[in-house]
Amino acid sequence: MLGKGVKRKREEEEEEDLTSQDWWLEETTPSPNPEEGASPAPLPPSSLFNLSIFKLHHGLRRGEPDLRHLVLVVNTLRRIQSSMALESSPPEPPCPAPVDPLPVAPDAPLCTSVSALLDDLSHIEGLCDTQTSFSEDIPLSRPPETGLDPGRPAPLGSLELLLEDGLEGLFDDIDTSMYDCELWPNLKTDSGETEDKIQGQGLDVSELDYLMDVLVGTQTL
Amino acid sequence: MGEDADTRKINHSFLRDHSYVTEADIISTVEFNHTGELLATGDKGGRVVIFQREPESKNEPHSQGEYNVYSTFQSHEPEFDYLKSLEIEEKINKIKWLPQQNAAHSLLSTNDKTIKLWKVTERDKRPEGYNLKDEEGKLKDLSTVTSLQVPVLKPMDLMVEVSPRRIFANGHTYHINSISVNSDCETYMSADDLRINLWHLAITDRSFNIVDIKPANMEDLTEVITASEFHPHHCNLFVYSSSKGSLRLCDMRASALCDKHSKLFEEPEDPSNRSFFSEIISSVSDVKFSHSGRFMLTRDYLTVKVWDLNMETKPIETYQVHDYLRSKLCSLYENDCIFDKFECAWNGSDSVIMTGAYNNFFRMFDRNTKRDVTLEASRESSKPRAILKPRRVCVGGKRRKDDISVDSLDFTKKILHTAWHPAENIIAIAATNNLYIFQDKVNSEMH
Repeated sequence: MLGKGVKRKREEEEEEDLTSQDWWLEETTPSPNPEEGASPAPLPPSSLFNLSIFKLHHGLRRGEPDLRHLVLVVNTLRRIQSSMALESSPPEPPCPAPVDPLPVAPDAPLCTSVSALLDDLSHIEGLCDTQTSFSEDIPLSRPPETGLDPGRPAPLGSLELLLEDGLEGLFDDIDTSMYDCELWPNLKTDSGETEDKIQGQGLDVSELDYLMDVLVGTQTL
Repeated sequence: MGEDADTRKINHSFLRDHSYVTEADIISTVEFNHTGELLATGDKGGRVVIFQREPESKNEPHSQGEYNVYSTFQSHEPEFDYLKSLEIEEKINKIKWLPQQNAAHSLLSTNDKTIKLWKVTERDKRPEGYNLKDEEGKLKDLSTVTSLQVPVLKPMDLMVEVSPRRIFANGHTYHINSISVNSDCETYMSADDLRINLWHLAITDRSFNIVDIKPANMEDLTEVITASEFHPHHCNLFVYSSSKGSLRLCDMRASALCDKHSKLFEEPEDPSNRSFFSEIISSVSDVKFSHSGRFMLTRDYLTVKVWDLNMETKPIETYQVHDYLRSKLCSLYENDCIFDKFECAWNGSDSVIMTGAYNNFFRMFDRNTKRDVTLEASRESSKPRAILKPRRVCVGGKRRKDDISVDSLDFTKKILHTAWHPAENIIAIAATNNLYIFQDKVNSEMH
């Protein structure tokens, strides 16, 4: 609880953004109090977006995510995304986003990756907790920090890996008879297998056990 | 804030008893019982410490009405959820006292997953003179027993015994954020991020779900429950707050599942203050009914608001706790302080409201005079029995002596948990791992 401060990385940004107004506000309003002592220069939306993605990753990697924190961060992300979508030109060129140092300039590729990220998140949100042991056994092929660098937007793949690794328990239920088991989403493992076959509701425990064994590799299909 | 002379009218007579240092752990909840005789604190290590107010004595006027440690016990232990491979924190999220019905005191304490009912009893006598056992409790040699005696109760040193009477487990998938005892004294509710359950105090193996805001599709999740409380007098009414800043008053008579609210209290967003962080700062971190039951008090990141139960469109009063942070929301988002959950409290007569802030500051607002004051809970700034000095945060412009600049505020020193004695001007302030109890000696009666 103490020492929550994340080291401020914004010095270089502040130098480059000295003239920026509070344009990270959704509506353009004049700076409310010009007399204020050195307020830090506000972050441009793209940096806020990256920061939010970082927080999301960080929150998901925790053992049991704080649901309120996650929901608020996701909602903020959506606000930033829609604001950036409004500001950018309508056509969305495809990914990947260029690897720029802060501040990130192009908004259009970011929009694409944001919507894809949020789509992925909503897939992940439907995970059933019975895949807990499965996730632990899948090694990461890339270091997770790849996606955590706020200097560039998180690419799709690393988000999936991160979510696989640290996701267990996100938005899910205790598996008791009182609660429904959620759908198994499409997941990509490191070996490239797609778990389409796992979709479906009402899987019983023996089927889940078998599937887990398959995924862990002790059985072959 | 008002002139110094005026703000002093509220606080100048506050004396500080002394600070209690709970050495290892951060205090996570503070609660007076219904008479104010007892004060319970819970901490991150799962312990509960109960303080008792000493009866006022004419012999020692300086120690009248002071709080001393009455009992300490381990309420919750860390647990491991094997299904999810997750550790369940033992941190006490909330403590609520039950109304006292006999010589014993009872309280509910909860961590993220499990609620426990504890009974606190006193033993100050013990029987002596058993026929079959000797003083150490060993069986006597019967041949030595020549006459019968009646055991008598003899006084002994006071012993406070605490025992767990009920354990309400497995009722919550998500993290419990609040519990509230009903005025019927038979039921209570517990709320987590998405659901609220109703329990009977005597039944532990089942609870009744009364609110469920979990969407069918989790990808549609945009709002969570942040706090809840039963109405102090109407056992059918309760309120719960959300991360979007709304309050829902529910009537349990209307239907079994109270997903549809009876009243929705929501203030429209102020367009001049819109930002990416509007939703986060509107998230309600605490809701408390007034003692009268006519009003509700809510705390969001920058304000406390008083709501009239008869008006859903907007609060009747809004008080700025630390509006100077409004221009710093970006930094506070970066370091996660914007997610801090502050509590709020009414005084016994519902005329003054109190809430915590940063830098070990806490704020009080007098609803009648509209005066407010900022005070500090720290050993450095006040000695025992000294009068608390009002503090001021300057945001630029003229700076007076002893003012604190916004940029000098210590955001690691946050007062999240505060409590007000139900009848007197005594407040308990938890500042990280320190507990401060302040008394207003001059104006000990409520106005």
